[in-house]
Amino acid sequence: MADFALTRRFAGRSSIADAAFKASTWCFAVLVLVLLGAVIIALIDGALMALERFGPSFVITETWNPVRETFGGRAPMLGTLITSAIAMLFGIPISFGIAVFLTQLCPVWARRPLGVGIELLAGIPSIIYGIWGLFVLAPYMQAHVQPLLIDTLGALPLIGPLFAGPPLGIGMLTAGFILGIMVLPFIASIMRDVFDTVPSMLKESAYGLGATTWEVVWNVVLPYTRVGVVGGIMLGLGRALGETMAVTFVIGNAHHLSVSLLAPGTTISAALANEFTEAVEDIYQSSLIALGLILFVITLIVLSAAKYMLIRLQSRTGT
Amino acid sequence: MTRYRRRRLANSMLLAFALGATVIGLFWLVAILATLLFNGLTAINLALFVETTPPPGSAGGLANAIVGSVIMTGVGVLIGAPVGLLAGTFLAEYGHYSRISPIVRFINDVLLSAPSIIVGLFVYQLMVIRMGHFSAIAGAVSLAIIVIPVVVRTTEDMLNLVPNSLREAAFALGAPKWKVVVMVSYRAAVQGLVTGILLAIARISGETAPLLFTALNNQFWSLNLDAPMANLPVVIFQFALSPYEDWQRLAWGGALLITFAILGLNIGARALAARGGMRTGA
Repeated sequence: MADFALTRRFAGRSSIADAAFKASTWCFAVLVLVLLGAVIIALIDGALMALERFGPSFVITETWNPVRETFGGRAPMLGTLITSAIAMLFGIPISFGIAVFLTQLCPVWARRPLGVGIELLAGIPSIIYGIWGLFVLAPYMQAHVQPLLIDTLGALPLIGPLFAGPPLGIGMLTAGFILGIMVLPFIASIMRDVFDTVPSMLKESAYGLGATTWEVVWNVVLPYTRVGVVGGIMLGLGRALGETMAVTFVIGNAHHLSVSLLAPGTTISAALANEFTEAVEDIYQSSLIALGLILFVITLIVLSAAKYMLIRLQSRTGT
Repeated sequence: MTRYRRRRLANSMLLAFALGATVIGLFWLVAILATLLFNGLTAINLALFVETTPPPGSAGGLANAIVGSVIMTGVGVLIGAPVGLLAGTFLAEYGHYSRISPIVRFINDVLLSAPSIIVGLFVYQLMVIRMGHFSAIAGAVSLAIIVIPVVVRTTEDMLNLVPNSLREAAFALGAPKWKVVVMVSYRAAVQGLVTGILLAIARISGETAPLLFTALNNQFWSLNLDAPMANLPVVIFQFALSPYEDWQRLAWGGALLITFAILGLNIGARALAARGGMRTGA
């Protein structure tokens, strides 16, 4: 009987421990949700003053005048979208090429080292991209790439104005280009992973019918993984939109939007990094937080869409 | 025959493009590392590690920034890693049939890629305004917020790789669930869990944006968590953009240190994961 009581007491104690452990893991899991909610609430709270003062015109006015305390976020918002678009234009084809090479062409022994090499690009901190961009890439762009663009594309009728102006080295094009390099590893590694989910049976059937490697990639692998590929691209876009330090170094920080991609501009994140600690007036700070809120909402939407697509591909292939 | 040739030609052209793309991708890695070595090596000397950041025009080192970075990264991981470990444990061990698990997993993956400068803004609103001044602890908290999603993700993945037969064996011996988790699942997955934490350290040690409005910077020695603290990323940012050559050289030295430390951590984490027979998935 004593034995029995002992077991019961022991069982009782350990079921309390059990419940406590389970409850604490639950609390921390919920904390992740609370964190997201708290970030949104804190940003709305901080942005309220600017949003009340300027209303919807905040997103369409370009004036950014700390002295007269009028603020409009059009230049940094469009700057964010334009630099990200340039990044995608450059990043998507290269990432696709890398993924095709790593999954279809590369000898098996070289796959892992080359894959790790590409992934290490993602490990380099953005401030390093920034300092490299400012001291190496920007002078190179100024001396070689931009004069060439001005002379060739700048002379064309419709797109000419996009490549007009003096070659400064820094500017939207350089910033977009660096962003493109930075999102490469993210997009490429997701594309590689989703290409790997294509059943060999499908590919071999196409090869059996006499298809070339390229035709297999284009007509079998891509249609099969379309959702995942788009998901990977969206994930890269989400990264590009919010990237801060690399852009801050090379964008030139002008709150004025030029037609030319060679001109300096600014992005939401670069404006925050440059001006936030100097913004002593409440309305100045609130306007910057409002920009942060806009950035956060945009990236949340893009990243959620990316995640949703990747989940859809996963549930279809059952991996 | 011409059609066949055209197909062959298209194939080889596009395969050449794929090869070229890979070469371009790896070229940036080599180009950036070469630049860092070329500009940074001359700045690496003893003074870099023992002297504090100088005023413009005089000699000095980065000792206070290195120590500050180590402290804030350490405190950030100490706060963030336990939270991430427990939340990941919930997802892998308890939450299979819970309705919040898919939501937590989704939000966590979104937070994983969310802009880090927003985290800085959040902690500024949450702590810096309340405390009335910038502080190292605010910097550490913002780094912790970046650590959490990384650790949640790897913890869940690694615990899912532990075979259920191990857990069942422990249950059959009468072990309560928390003991099974702590003494069986954690032990079986320990290499993977450490990998996750190493990757998280690698991720935050180069983060600049969240520190700009929280820890700020400090020209002098400070070990006070309640005051602004120097840290490598922000020092690199300020010094690189300054017009002074000594400062720029120090910035390159710091950049070299930080990059090779991070790449070392990344490679170490991968080697550890490979030894445990697991993929990092990162």
